[in-house]
Amino acid sequence: MDFFLSRYRNLTVLLIVIVAQLVLIAYQVKTSRDVPLIRVWAVTAVTPVEQVLEVVRRYTWGFVEDYFVLLGVKSENDKLKHENGDLKLQNNYLKSELSTADRARALSVFQAHSQSKTVAARVIGNGTGANSKVVFVDRGAASGVESGMAVVTPDGIVGKVVDAYPTASLVMLITDPTFAAGVISEKNHVRGTLKGQGHSECLVDYVQNEEAVDSGEWFYTSGDDRIFPRGFPVGQVSAARNGKTFKEIYLRPSGMQGGGVEEVLVVLEGVHQQIPDSEMATPGYKILAPPADGVTHASIPEPGGTFLATDADRLRQQYKQAGAAQNHVFGEGLPGSKPPDFSKIPGIRAAQPPVPSGRGNGPSAPVPASAPAAANSGPAPTTSSASKPPASKPPVNADQSVVAKPKPKPPAPPLTGDPAEPDTEAAPRPRSSQPAAAPVAPKPPRNP
Amino acid sequence: MTEYTEQILTGAPRKQRAERMRIVWLITIPLIAVLSQVYVPRFVPFLSYLELPLLITVHFALSRHGPMSAVFYGMSIGLVQDSLSHQPIGMFGIVKTLVGYFAASVSMRFDVENPIVTFIICFFFYFFHQFFYWVLARALLGQAMLFDVQQTLVFGLLNALVALPLFKVLDKLRVVR
Repeated sequence: MDFFLSRYRNLTVLLIVIVAQLVLIAYQVKTSRDVPLIRVWAVTAVTPVEQVLEVVRRYTWGFVEDYFVLLGVKSENDKLKHENGDLKLQNNYLKSELSTADRARALSVFQAHSQSKTVAARVIGNGTGANSKVVFVDRGAASGVESGMAVVTPDGIVGKVVDAYPTASLVMLITDPTFAAGVISEKNHVRGTLKGQGHSECLVDYVQNEEAVDSGEWFYTSGDDRIFPRGFPVGQVSAARNGKTFKEIYLRPSGMQGGGVEEVLVVLEGVHQQIPDSEMATPGYKILAPPADGVTHASIPEPGGTFLATDADRLRQQYKQAGAAQNHVFGEGLPGSKPPDFSKIPGIRAAQPPVPSGRGNGPSAPVPASAPAAANSGPAPTTSSASKPPASKPPVNADQSVVAKPKPKPPAPPLTGDPAEPDTEAAPRPRSSQPAAAPVAPKPPRNP
Repeated sequence: MTEYTEQILTGAPRKQRAERMRIVWLITIPLIAVLSQVYVPRFVPFLSYLELPLLITVHFALSRHGPMSAVFYGMSIGLVQDSLSHQPIGMFGIVKTLVGYFAASVSMRFDVENPIVTFIICFFFYFFHQFFYWVLARALLGQAMLFDVQQTLVFGLLNALVALPLFKVLDKLRVVR
């Protein structure tokens, strides 16, 4: 044994060392446990040196490295500035493209939902002239555009066509000093004339000082000018104050937000729309809520299906009935022939037709709230009873309260359809006689 | 047997233990080698192929310190390497123990001061080191490690190239007894 160990001493030591390490590995693998002692010693011996090396490196090589890095900072800064400028340009271009796409989509949606027949156009240039606000659009007579047509956007009116050429048209913007259009306010339906001022705001003229117009109120086209269909948004009141004769009302045109337009719609055939509903101007006293059936006495359906809108209609109906009772046919008698005896008409009140319960327009058929009282109290009124509410009784609904206001001028004749203004002195038509989708005017944002 | 071959096999042994390295260098140099292995690749990833602890082990074994001391020297360096790795302690220890033993045995028969012999020995032991470590990892730990022969050969050549100047530098640290 001694001989063997002395002869193969190196090999024996090697085997012992190898086996010892194998056992160590087997122990670690078998028990999944580490030998922390050796690791702690090694790490404790190595890491301080490593920390020292790191500190030395940081303050020597790191310093040199930072110096050389700083040498390149200026050129890198210039390069980054240049790159930043390029990116800003690219960003602005992409924003512009996105905005154009949004506008085009809004325009197409508006065009699809609007009752008016329109054609989309793009502004291709400005007109010359120091103070004139005119632009050229890329649609002309070849596209059906004619002088006098309205030009709008989904946000509001933009102007009107003043000249139509074969391939282009000249559009006068509403900010042009010579521009004018009929407008009507949202809350109290105050009428006025929109005038351009040559700058970003427009003036609403010819509004009496007694009329109530609030700042922030919206104005819509009234249709009176026979150019713009009724119900298109015009703009929001930025300032309203009393003037010498008329109110001074300044408007921010909603169709020209941002100072200019790029895509517009030329209204080839306009259809009047309703002014969007809004909250009533505060009357200063409490008013009742409108009745559930929303009836007025101004539109009483006849048994035959016609509507006696006014007292004159009722009077004519009575005369017709009297003529029919005497076998008289109106329009056939020769001059000098004996007319029917109208003295047999029992009286206006007696001749008033009964109110049907379910005929005519069904549930929407209006039933006058004050009709019995009016019928028993004296002669028939010359206008609807809504125009003369009892002094102690507030109007029964919003429309009636607005109707009670005296109007400075009569409503304009219709453009293509009937403006069907609910506050005109003529009795309103029932809803069934309104255009199928009349209230399509987009409601402009309250706070643009 | 040519004269040159005879000189390689039976040439004068390396200064016959007249020159030994100081003990402080014997401790410091492996520590620096291990440190450089864990620190330098942080900044120069390309140098991760350098197996300096192995070269130090080979150099020590070739310095005619004897197989016994080479075994323990290699084992110590290997265990320190294991301690700083994520493997069970003993893997590098076994491999470097064997490298130390065989290198010391080789140094008894060859003139290890000849650069060509040094280059071949370093190349061979690098390949042996990597291969044996791969065998141990598969056999003892069951790890499915890849052994890229071509890459190992190339790295072996590079380590052998580095070993030539390194050994010259380390020889300078030896002092005459």
